Amino acid sequence: MRYEAPTTSKAAAELLAAEKGKAYVLAGGTDLLVRMKSGMLEPDLLVDIKQIAKMREISKTASGFRIGAAVPGVEIGEHKALGKAWPGVVEAAQLIGSDQVQGRCTIVGNLCNASPAADTVPALIAAGAKAAIVGPKGRRTLAVEKVVTGPGQTALAKAEIIEYISLPKRAPKSGDAYLRFIPRTEMDIAVVGAGVNLTLARGIIKSARVSLGAVAPTALLVADAAKAIIGSKLDDEALDKLAAACSAACKPINDKRGTIEYRTRVAGVLARRAALIAFERAGGKR
Amino acid sequence: MSGAHVSTTINGDAVEFACPQDESLLDALRNRVGLTGVKEGCGTGDCGACSITLDGRLVCSCLVLGVEANGKQIGTVEGLADGDQLHPLQEKFIEHAALQCGICTPGFLVAAKVLLERNPDPSETEIRYALAGNLCRCTGYDKIVRAVQAAGKEMRKQNKKKAKKKKKK
Amino acid sequence: MKQDTNFTNQEFRVIGTRVKRPDGIDKVTGRARYGADATAPGQLVGMFLRSPHAHARIKKLDVSRAEKLQGVKAVITSADLPDEHCGGDRELLNILENCMARGRALYDGHAVAAVAAVDATTAKKALKLIKIDYEKLPHVTDVDEAMQADAPVIHDWVYTVGVEPQPNKPSNVSMRAQFGHGDVEAGFKEADVIIEKSYKTGQTHQGYIEPHACLANMSPDGSGELWVTTQGHFAYRNTCAQILGLNMAKLKVTSSEIGGGFGGKTHVWIEPIALALSRKANRPVKVVMSREEVFRASGPTSSTSIDVKIGATKDGRITAATSECRYQGGAFPGTWALIGAMTSFAPYDLKNVQTVSYDVVCNRPKVAAYRAPSAPMAAFAVESTVDLVAQELGIDPIDFRILNAAKEGTQSSYGPVYGPIGIGPTLDAAKSHPHMKAKLGKNQGRGMACGFWFNFGGQTSTTINVAADGTVNLSVGTVDVGGSRASLSLICAEELGIPYEQVKAHIGDTAALAHNDMTDGSRGTFASGMATIVAARRTIEVLKQRAATAWEIPVEEVEWKDGCAHAVGEAHADKAPLSLAEIAANTENTGGPIAGHNEFVADGAGVSFASHICDVEVDPETGSTRVIRYTVIQDAGKAIHPDYVEGQFQGGAAQGIGWALNEEYIYGDDGRLQNPGFLDYRIPVCSDLPFIDTQILEIPNPNHPYGVRGVGETSIVPPLAAVANAVSNAVGVRMTQVPISPPRILAALDAESA
Repeated sequence: MRYEAPTTSKAAAELLAAEKGKAYVLAGGTDLLVRMKSGMLEPDLLVDIKQIAKMREISKTASGFRIGAAVPGVEIGEHKALGKAWPGVVEAAQLIGSDQVQGRCTIVGNLCNASPAADTVPALIAAGAKAAIVGPKGRRTLAVEKVVTGPGQTALAKAEIIEYISLPKRAPKSGDAYLRFIPRTEMDIAVVGAGVNLTLARGIIKSARVSLGAVAPTALLVADAAKAIIGSKLDDEALDKLAAACSAACKPINDKRGTIEYRTRVAGVLARRAALIAFERAGGKR
Repeated sequence: MSGAHVSTTINGDAVEFACPQDESLLDALRNRVGLTGVKEGCGTGDCGACSITLDGRLVCSCLVLGVEANGKQIGTVEGLADGDQLHPLQEKFIEHAALQCGICTPGFLVAAKVLLERNPDPSETEIRYALAGNLCRCTGYDKIVRAVQAAGKEMRKQNKKKAKKKKKK
Repeated sequence: MKQDTNFTNQEFRVIGTRVKRPDGIDKVTGRARYGADATAPGQLVGMFLRSPHAHARIKKLDVSRAEKLQGVKAVITSADLPDEHCGGDRELLNILENCMARGRALYDGHAVAAVAAVDATTAKKALKLIKIDYEKLPHVTDVDEAMQADAPVIHDWVYTVGVEPQPNKPSNVSMRAQFGHGDVEAGFKEADVIIEKSYKTGQTHQGYIEPHACLANMSPDGSGELWVTTQGHFAYRNTCAQILGLNMAKLKVTSSEIGGGFGGKTHVWIEPIALALSRKANRPVKVVMSREEVFRASGPTSSTSIDVKIGATKDGRITAATSECRYQGGAFPGTWALIGAMTSFAPYDLKNVQTVSYDVVCNRPKVAAYRAPSAPMAAFAVESTVDLVAQELGIDPIDFRILNAAKEGTQSSYGPVYGPIGIGPTLDAAKSHPHMKAKLGKNQGRGMACGFWFNFGGQTSTTINVAADGTVNLSVGTVDVGGSRASLSLICAEELGIPYEQVKAHIGDTAALAHNDMTDGSRGTFASGMATIVAARRTIEVLKQRAATAWEIPVEEVEWKDGCAHAVGEAHADKAPLSLAEIAANTENTGGPIAGHNEFVADGAGVSFASHICDVEVDPETGSTRVIRYTVIQDAGKAIHPDYVEGQFQGGAAQGIGWALNEEYIYGDDGRLQNPGFLDYRIPVCSDLPFIDTQILEIPNPNHPYGVRGVGETSIVPPLAAVANAVSNAVGVRMTQVPISPPRILAALDAESA
């Protein structure tokens, strides 16, 4: 195996493009190294992107925020402006693993690992985040919900790298939240995750995005769930409809972490709770 | 398998080692540098026994490649004491019987040090969540949390003294 | 060995103090050397190839390409391990076959080959070059399914022992046993209320943080050394020597610092193979299991299925009780159900009781001991049912238990008549504990439960050597799993009348001491402590003799007090006391080096009881359960070092809480373990638990000079039931299966409302 640590995105893409064997991007490594240890992955080339200065930054731009692909969770948590604007996204990023894992893990890694249970993905989808991709054929932008195509599968072509995630500017009277269920208090993979982002106009929900994790092959953007609360003050009836729409959208499996029945039901419970938090953050009053 | 030559600083000392490029920093520290105080409980980032600091950040050394340590500052349990002077955390872990078998202790000490440097007066809940990445199977964590609380208290006292001295000067 | 003073009046100088442990600094500085921390010149890396199938015939096993790989120094398969050394001993053969499959892989993770190579990269490459043709065979992993008539029979040589007439067909049920007394049928007829319930428990692992590891160094002439993490280096030596055909005395086994064992390091797994690799390569070989290997291929505890029936009168007396314990023992026969049956009703004074056990073979790893092995599951079933009976009778569960508690003179459900015991006092202490009276909030529930463990004494050998400056080396042969060197040093200092700091305790290797049984059965401080007392008293005899020689007076006129020899009587008023250091400095002139030793069977381990109280809060929408308060009350006999006694109480409780709520081996339909890692085998993390309150009771064990009882294991027995009772009280539905996972809670709530 060869290890390379280029200093530009272009050089990284070129290295990946030129490799004939199995090549992987190394960001935090918290998933990659585990899979290498188990023998599931035997890379011929690892391209470490942590020496690429641009990928190590969180920057505030005119249109919102850019979170570099190599920014570890702990730095996302320390960024005050980002936390104020997108508390749900930041909370989701902070839920990945322990403090030790936070020292390494990245949200782009969480996304590209393409696990249905990734914590940041529903929060990013709800936030309307976009992935900025660089590759041999140039640059492109893709909505986060389009990046993962199936368990372990992404829409990235060979040698394409996500350079950063962009989050829109926080609209006035809006808020987001992410909740997940795990059996313990820490260290588990989500059994169910729910992200909600909503905007109010005169106290009423004007727009909303609701996303679920760990209940289908990929994280879901549930349009019916958003519809259920748009136009409401998040009264109990709207919440019931939201929960029902979320449960209806679930296509989960039985596995070592949860059952179909459990995931279906708890998806509704968590979406309801996340919506209440987002609503409060937006300044809403029920 | 091509090897890598790594120049790094460990507990303040310049250290060089060579390792295969796919070798974890944990294996390199244990087998090539001889720092066996860094323990392997799982190798997958789930137990925290291999906790170290990398440029001041708490990480699991099993989730870092040895080659990534090039040019970095590493801190391990072996660097906690100052000569024959134990770190307050080390003192309090012994005093409070916060270890039984002791295999998890190096990782807890490194993680608790990072916590107390960031947050000198953490609540019980903050301690418990900050140490959630370190598994202990012997103690039920009770005496560990108490030892960290006691060490925090001791360190705050020491820092106050230091600050007073500075003021006098 | 009897107590020699009245316990209540016994005054101690250092016993009961909270001194710093002697290995503390080594362990907080990273210097302590555990199983994986040793190296030898020229050492090789040993690795295992393991079966991916739950049950398969190994049709062809070709290691030739691996052997030819550059850097590979030895490859071992069952062909290198002849069964002749086992001398037809079935137990030994089972151990050998568990270490390396012989023609058949019996569980997912069963070792089929091992290599030793110059480095890990080469070893891994070599494993990939080993070619195996498997023929998959039908498998069974569930205990109840394995007992069905149509279940695949795993071994053609296993016939159920303990049934009449003797069966003529092989079966997965390796043994049936029965305990009890009285007439249960008549007893149930006297009952006003009878509750009968079935329970299941998942398979759990000890979860020690240190994986199995060893460094084997064998010469072709059959002599060698083994550095290993173990609870019993003498047992490891004996077993390795027996199955490899070595002379026991020629194999020196040194126990490393041990990173947790809880029963899981009482059996050999990788060690004989590491020795075999070393012998074949004629080089040192280090083997360290991965965490995945630990889960798949060491010795977890049984999964179980248990029925309990209890009858009682309106005024709260139990008239009859029965249990049927079906325990899954993994791929080889064990006696785990038998122990479960023995412990089922141990806390109670019962006129009519009957417990039956079925030990069952399944395609899972061979079960090993786990802290009070088999007792927590039986206690879960019994203590849950006890709560149900109390509920039905409208009696407070603690009063119901007090009413039926065993006491001195009670015939236990497993046979013996109890001496002085602590179940009553722990229950009384629980009843009056502030925890019992604390208010509960919304969605919260409280539960309590009792637990019992036998404790064990066993063969023990201890030596005290006095150094020329009067400091003392204490060598014991029981591995220190949780601070016993501190307790044993305290005992040694107490007896010799010297400061604790003057004693240095060591774990002697197999060449330094005579045989010692393992640190199991909560025997470390009990047995080695008792042996230390005898050894110290013998040392004192020598010291007195030396003082007498120096003074030129009869030894009868010398007395040992406060660490000094005193010449007794007016005639010797001129003689200043001789300290241990003074006597030690003069050994050259008084008869040579001074030592005291003791080798014996430490009989008389006192049984131990505990009562636990647990509060939980359950989120009724998600089934999420948090333990919010927990109290352990246990009889220690006499707490030598209270910190480490409390540590045992807290640690056992935490393991039990994990077992109750989250921990479980999950097998797929293919018979493969789906969660062999700490990510999905979910042991409690720091933020899962509250502080665990402890109360040490001291009801002296009359068979120990200080009254000591074993304390290590009992604490894991009540939590499954205490948590289950608390959750059941919080949600209003009886939980009959552990782990009480969130999906199970929601499913139970659904079933109740339906």
